[in-house]
Amino acid sequence: MDALLSLRDISYAYHNLKGETPALSDISFDVSQGEFVAVVGPSGCGKSTLLSIIAGLLTPEEGELYYQGRRIADGEAGNIMKIGYMLQRDHLFEWRTIYHNVILGLELNHTLTPENLEYVMQLLRDYELYAFKDKKPSELSGGMRQRAALIRTMAIHPDLLLLDEPFSALDSQTRLNVSADIARLIRSTGKTAILITHDLSEAITLADRVLVLSKRPAKVVCEMPIRLTVDRHDPMTVRNTPEYQLFFNHLWEVLTNEQTATQSV
Amino acid sequence: MNRQLPNPSDGISANQRLFLDAHRRHHHIISLCRLLLVVVFLGLWETAAVKKWIDPFFFSSPSGIVKYLYNMLADRSFFTHTGITLLETVASFLLVTLLSLLCAMLLWYVHGLAEVLEPYLVILNSLPKSALAPLLIVWLGTGTNTIIVAGISVAIFGSIINLYTGFTQADPEMLKLIYTLGGNRLDALRKVILPGSVPLILSNMKVNIGLSLVGVIIGEFLAARRGLGYLIIYGSQVFQLSMVITSIIILCAIAMVFYKLIQNLEHYYRKKY
Repeated sequence: MDALLSLRDISYAYHNLKGETPALSDISFDVSQGEFVAVVGPSGCGKSTLLSIIAGLLTPEEGELYYQGRRIADGEAGNIMKIGYMLQRDHLFEWRTIYHNVILGLELNHTLTPENLEYVMQLLRDYELYAFKDKKPSELSGGMRQRAALIRTMAIHPDLLLLDEPFSALDSQTRLNVSADIARLIRSTGKTAILITHDLSEAITLADRVLVLSKRPAKVVCEMPIRLTVDRHDPMTVRNTPEYQLFFNHLWEVLTNEQTATQSV
Repeated sequence: MNRQLPNPSDGISANQRLFLDAHRRHHHIISLCRLLLVVVFLGLWETAAVKKWIDPFFFSSPSGIVKYLYNMLADRSFFTHTGITLLETVASFLLVTLLSLLCAMLLWYVHGLAEVLEPYLVILNSLPKSALAPLLIVWLGTGTNTIIVAGISVAIFGSIINLYTGFTQADPEMLKLIYTLGGNRLDALRKVILPGSVPLILSNMKVNIGLSLVGVIIGEFLAARRGLGYLIIYGSQVFQLSMVITSIIILCAIAMVFYKLIQNLEHYYRKKY
């Protein structure tokens, strides 16, 4: 097995007194080392649940997870692999400066070594936040804040990045820039990433492979490798290629079928 | 009222100048009205007492109060009584703040503890705490300790509930962030819950200082030989109304000073963060 992470028949349901709500049903897929996978699907289909399970925050009711071929036992995810999780909102702490926000993960892992701090400084310089390192989060723009959140995530040298719609709270122009920034950093460091998004263009421009989930309870209905003839650095160039159009149309069709299919049931 | 206005020599426009003048004038008028209200009230009171419209034996008079206050300062009893009340209030306030913070942290940290204890906390909080004071005297005797405990008992249950409720309202996504970065529940408490609750803790302190003072005065009513609460009760029993009203005025001043101190702490925090 050369997959970094494998999911096998993962099922999950939420329970409350009124009954149970199935969220995921028999989800299986692999992610290779260095691969960037995007997961798209109708809203509320359980995409975030999927990431929580991979991160070990939720335990699947059925199915197994494997990391480098080794089964991840319940509650063991954090010990086996380092997860970098990015959420929709940056959640920078207002009571800390940008610098103290980005070293939060190092603090929690007790790894405030000179090398790690130097790495953080390098990232701050690379993403033009060095001059703002002593500012409070509220003094920064949305794009800068999300870049700070990215640095906080990267500082702990994660083995796997989980991106839960990290761009959806940004305005469209900032969104293009920040998503390009993030994709560049992920590719240049060879990180493995799973991106959740409801934006097909974003999925196609950023990812090596797109998975389409069905409506709740979510199943994988389509898996599409994205091979582009151009360099991915500039999202606009990607969007102007003919293959982009083909991918987009195909995925659009799958998603629309999925919507109507479940509606007619 | 003492908002910092920009220096007029900063080269501001004529209209801004006009606005600032109007703003300043408005504040002067408000301050003047406040002052006038006190002067008119005291003047009326004094006149009524002098002209015997009211009986100064029951109602005292501003001049009687000033005279009494002067005597208190002269024989130093002012410092004894005010000092002991201040000491008891500060002690019970500090203990309430510390203990309720510890309890709220424990309730948040230990799963299920809050659920178990919730009904008891609610009952204790809604109980009129003055009803406990005679019990405290039986258990602890009459003395400073009893009065400090009385002060604590008035404020602590509400304070715990208030802080704990605030802790539970922390953004779950911020906690999720801590867990995904490899932190545990203690980290969540130290890095998210506590620093995020500083404004709540400060506003809770404002409530605590007022309630501690209430508890201390109730305690002194029942179990003291010194202190402002004792003076109020003693004065009313021997019809020394100047003593009663002077003590009440000193209490007003104490409450105001404490409130201001915590408010300054809040301003300081807001400026810093």
